[in-house]
Amino acid sequence: MQKTPLYDLHVELGGKMVEFAGYQMPVQYPAGVLSEHQHTRESASLFDVSHMGQLILKSTVLGAELEKLVPSSIQNLTQGQTRYTVLLNEEGGILDDLLVTHRGDHLYLVVNASRKDEDLAYLRQHLDAEINYIEERSLIALQGPKAVDVLSALNPVCATMKFMTGQTLELAGMSVYITRSGYTGEDGFEISVHNNDVEELSRLLLESEFVKPAGLGARDSLRLEAGLCLYGHDMDETINPIQAGLRWIIQKRRREEKGFPGADKILDQLENGPEKIRVGIKPEGRAPAREGVEIVDSDGNKIGVVTSGGFGPTVQGPVAMGYVEASKSGIGEKINLMIRGKAMPANIVEMPFAPHRYYRG
Amino acid sequence: MLKFSKDHEWVEVDGDVATVGITQYAADALGDVVFVEVPEAGATFSQGDDAAVVESVKAASEVYAPLSGEVTEGNQVLADNPGMVNEDPLGEGWFFKLKVSDAAELEEMMDEDAYNEFIADL
Repeated sequence: MQKTPLYDLHVELGGKMVEFAGYQMPVQYPAGVLSEHQHTRESASLFDVSHMGQLILKSTVLGAELEKLVPSSIQNLTQGQTRYTVLLNEEGGILDDLLVTHRGDHLYLVVNASRKDEDLAYLRQHLDAEINYIEERSLIALQGPKAVDVLSALNPVCATMKFMTGQTLELAGMSVYITRSGYTGEDGFEISVHNNDVEELSRLLLESEFVKPAGLGARDSLRLEAGLCLYGHDMDETINPIQAGLRWIIQKRRREEKGFPGADKILDQLENGPEKIRVGIKPEGRAPAREGVEIVDSDGNKIGVVTSGGFGPTVQGPVAMGYVEASKSGIGEKINLMIRGKAMPANIVEMPFAPHRYYRG
Repeated sequence: MLKFSKDHEWVEVDGDVATVGITQYAADALGDVVFVEVPEAGATFSQGDDAAVVESVKAASEVYAPLSGEVTEGNQVLADNPGMVNEDPLGEGWFFKLKVSDAAELEEMMDEDAYNEFIADL
């Protein structure tokens, strides 16, 4: 079991440590998941996401090489621009989802903890590129409407950054690579900082009256309300980007030029629609619908399954996402969720459940 | 007098009616409770049957009937205010009342000291 450089700080703060993707991580602190969730939406929360994989990819033609395995336009990224995309297998199934940032002479990739070793092997196998972990850096996220105020006090440049951009900055004398991005639906930043500095920077951020620590529990409820996928639950190798509701990640040039794994199948589904698709689900009652709950139509026929679900603290009620047959996926469609043997009424709704509040300048 | 089960339920018996809830230890372990489903009056259970559901932000858990009997009342307050389970698990956060059908089952349950020893070893 691995520990991040912030392990001792988590324990000191009373974090309840659990195993996640081979790491000891805090699922919550004494405040609890509900409180941590609300604090993130109202102020700012500090998350340790050092378990995620940070990679550097160097190739002779920057962007073109990675485009062999992802459906998004990477060549068109300008320096300091970040883009969300997915790594595809030959059938167009999703091997992982990731953030890619153009950092001048290389690409900076942030991938899921549970997938990082597989990703690295897959990238090395298929690409003519030099790809390595950034072992010496941790990753923390400061998320919430006050995040920009807290960081601007350390370096005013932070306030000028737009959503999905990154740059190298100094924060209190520490050199960091910071992107305005996150996994909560809120404005916020993700900070790649040297392992030797991460505790000092974290303590400094926690000194702010606006900042409290938050764990994996709140991270999950926040991303669920934001309608964001969790790899291994809402997407996997059997799901393609169209089914996952991610058609927007395939830019026009890539649709025209193809040249990514599973392109024919993916572009066919883009045009003609997939057989099943990811949707937002709002139960009418108060019972949460968890992962694995069957979705049935009004006649009792199975039409899909819940892939993520729980209580949404901001929504103040249960929320879920899952896959249903495309013919039953319209907004407002009435469905039933089989919870403990009983059919509980629910509706297909638009996502996100809580509005995104990104800073687009 | 309070009695406790290994599944972290408590019962308090008044005459032949037992009030059932979950312990402070269980409430703390669950974290923030966001949904509770209690049985309706008239439901009958054997000891160990699934009797109620309690869900926290993290997960759903069953509450087992610590004693056999017939439900006389479910705590409807919990439907609108599930957080009461965290606030006052041994008081206002009770789950249901049960007309006990086999008083001998009560004898097998732990008293408070025994339960405290039991959770100290977990």
